[in-house]
Amino acid sequence: MRTLLLLVLMGLPLGGHAAEGHNECGQLAKCDPVKIDLRDQPSLQRGARTFVNYCLPCHGASYMRYNRMGQDLGIPEDLLKEDMIFTGDKVGDLMKTAMRKEDAKEWLKTAPPDLTLVTRWRSPEWVYTYLRNFYRDDKSASGWNNLVFPNVAMPHVLYEWQGELRPAQPTAQAQDGKPVEKTAPTSERLEVAKPGAKTAAEFDRDMRDLTNFLVYLGEPAKLDRYRIGVYVLIFLAVFLVFAYLLKKEYWKDVH
Amino acid sequence: MNTKAGAWRRLLGWVDDRYPLSETWEAHLSKYYAPKNFNFWYYFGSLALVVLVLQILTGIFLTMHYKPDTGLAFASVEYIMRDVDWGWLIRYLHSTGASLFFVVVYLHMFRAFLYGSHRNPRELLWIIGVVIFIALMAEAFMGYLLPWGNMSYWGAQVIISLFDAIPVVGPGLAEWIRGDFVVADATLNRFFALHVVAVPLVLIMLVFIHIVALHKVGSNNPDGIEIKKKKDARGIPLDGIPFHPYYTVKDIVGTTVFLIVFTVIAFFIPELWGWFLEHDNFIPANILQTPQEIKPLWYFTPFYSILRATTSDMVAWGLTPLVIVMAALIIFSVKRARTRLVTSAIAALLLIGFYFIEAKVWGVVLMGLALGAFFLVPWLDRSPVKSIRYRGWMYKTALTFFTIAFIVLGYLGTKPPSGLYSLLAKIGLVIYFLFFLLMPWYTTFDKTKPVPERVTWK
Repeated sequence: MRTLLLLVLMGLPLGGHAAEGHNECGQLAKCDPVKIDLRDQPSLQRGARTFVNYCLPCHGASYMRYNRMGQDLGIPEDLLKEDMIFTGDKVGDLMKTAMRKEDAKEWLKTAPPDLTLVTRWRSPEWVYTYLRNFYRDDKSASGWNNLVFPNVAMPHVLYEWQGELRPAQPTAQAQDGKPVEKTAPTSERLEVAKPGAKTAAEFDRDMRDLTNFLVYLGEPAKLDRYRIGVYVLIFLAVFLVFAYLLKKEYWKDVH
Repeated sequence: MNTKAGAWRRLLGWVDDRYPLSETWEAHLSKYYAPKNFNFWYYFGSLALVVLVLQILTGIFLTMHYKPDTGLAFASVEYIMRDVDWGWLIRYLHSTGASLFFVVVYLHMFRAFLYGSHRNPRELLWIIGVVIFIALMAEAFMGYLLPWGNMSYWGAQVIISLFDAIPVVGPGLAEWIRGDFVVADATLNRFFALHVVAVPLVLIMLVFIHIVALHKVGSNNPDGIEIKKKKDARGIPLDGIPFHPYYTVKDIVGTTVFLIVFTVIAFFIPELWGWFLEHDNFIPANILQTPQEIKPLWYFTPFYSILRATTSDMVAWGLTPLVIVMAALIIFSVKRARTRLVTSAIAALLLIGFYFIEAKVWGVVLMGLALGAFFLVPWLDRSPVKSIRYRGWMYKTALTFFTIAFIVLGYLGTKPPSGLYSLLAKIGLVIYFLFFLLMPWYTTFDKTKPVPERVTWK
């Protein structure tokens, strides 16, 4: 404990597992902006579909219930049961992953984190950038690496959509024919090595939908609280007028 | 109508014969005379009471769903946020209220520095207030552990380990507080008990006696003069007005404005960009993964900065000269032999201590003194006037520097202590303590203006 205190007081980083900063994007200078719009229900539905198909097999969203998601996103229960629940869970159950923790540890060396609150811990921008910056790396165990989260254990699950990326190769000549200085492979930019089933724009849109859904997942109350907050403010503003008039009336007597 | 009013009067009479109901109402509200010249700074007392009630009410509902168990705590908070009807609102009101409680209390305390509200005859009132402030810090610290997020966990780990620094008894004491060798289930359970039962009881009792003490001596006012010195034939202060209805209706206005600010935060920006709810608290406590930066919530960071700024360099090049200069100053300006002797002895002890005891112990000591110094202010302040309106440039300058130092220290406490930031925190620390240490001198020599007989009004 004394050593711990000393380390903290000295401001030294503790261990190699220190979490990433909230808005720092690993090797990238900054995270890409992403448009979050929780009123865009089709986007949330598309994101939910991607989530249950590609994320939920390994990651849990274990503070969230299927039927709450269904109610909020306008997905009927029968559709929910048919298309979105693959684990034999009931609609009122929490969205737990199908993968057992022990298996995860064996296969991936580490248990995939729960994603319910990932956009509140990291940030929507971080998640959006992370999802789009996987690249081929034969040195890593999974064969994949990520610019935003270097040496992450997670493989590129959506490589069939995005294709394979690699660090941008040095260019000997610029477009207009002027010679430019040779540069080493940049660690900040990726280029397509093998195209996937989707174009870059399509993939970006899908990842935006997924991020949008993850923001919803982090706080379903967000759908309500802005709306209710406006009514509360209107009430208080009207109340303030009367409270002020009452005060003025009484204080007329004070000389 | 008449019979109804008559029945009401009879009922009241019946109660009054058995309980001092009308008497209490009159003594503390309808015939409690407060100065009529209260300004903006006088809203924060009643606002503190509003927030206290709000915290207790929302806290009761949170307690109905929260589980103080390391395996369940984090999930139970998310359960409140999702599955409990209006749970998200209750939780955000409680988390926003916690931070705004400190905003209100800091402004309430600042008011005392502006208008000398801690001065004779209100020293005891002030002391009770400082005790409330410290109890509130304990309440906030323990409440912060309960969501069992990663920052909760590591924050508690670091702060409790401060007790380790105390020589001899430290390690045993820290273990006794945690109930384990690290922050664990035993710690969470006892913090829950203390947060929801013990400390709130203490707080409520202290707030009660704070108000009793206030009503004994009467409120100060922006002019810092005693309205009780000028009374009319009936014994009512000429510049006083009954608290009810005048200040009840005025405080309703203040409370409404405050609730608007509260609503904007709780409904639209409950995290306040990481200042009220930290990002690292959205992952459960993990003993294997420290947050990148372990830092307490904003209301503790001025004191946390003081703790961190006390490095061995600071002890050698900052505190050592400070002690020598202060001792020389006291010996030079106080003629009594005994005072001089005691001062020399304390200074010598401190200097020996600086040499033999490691810096982090002094960090903990300074953090304690940073709070303890508030107790002494009524006696450190030697000015013949109370209000800043009639003080000279010295006090105004000192208070300005202190306020800036407090805010800068608070900001630096949220940042890693490197290079320039570390130096600034050391300077801030010296300014913070000089405000208190030099107070007897600058308040004595400050040139004051004449104080009016009656309060200035409109």
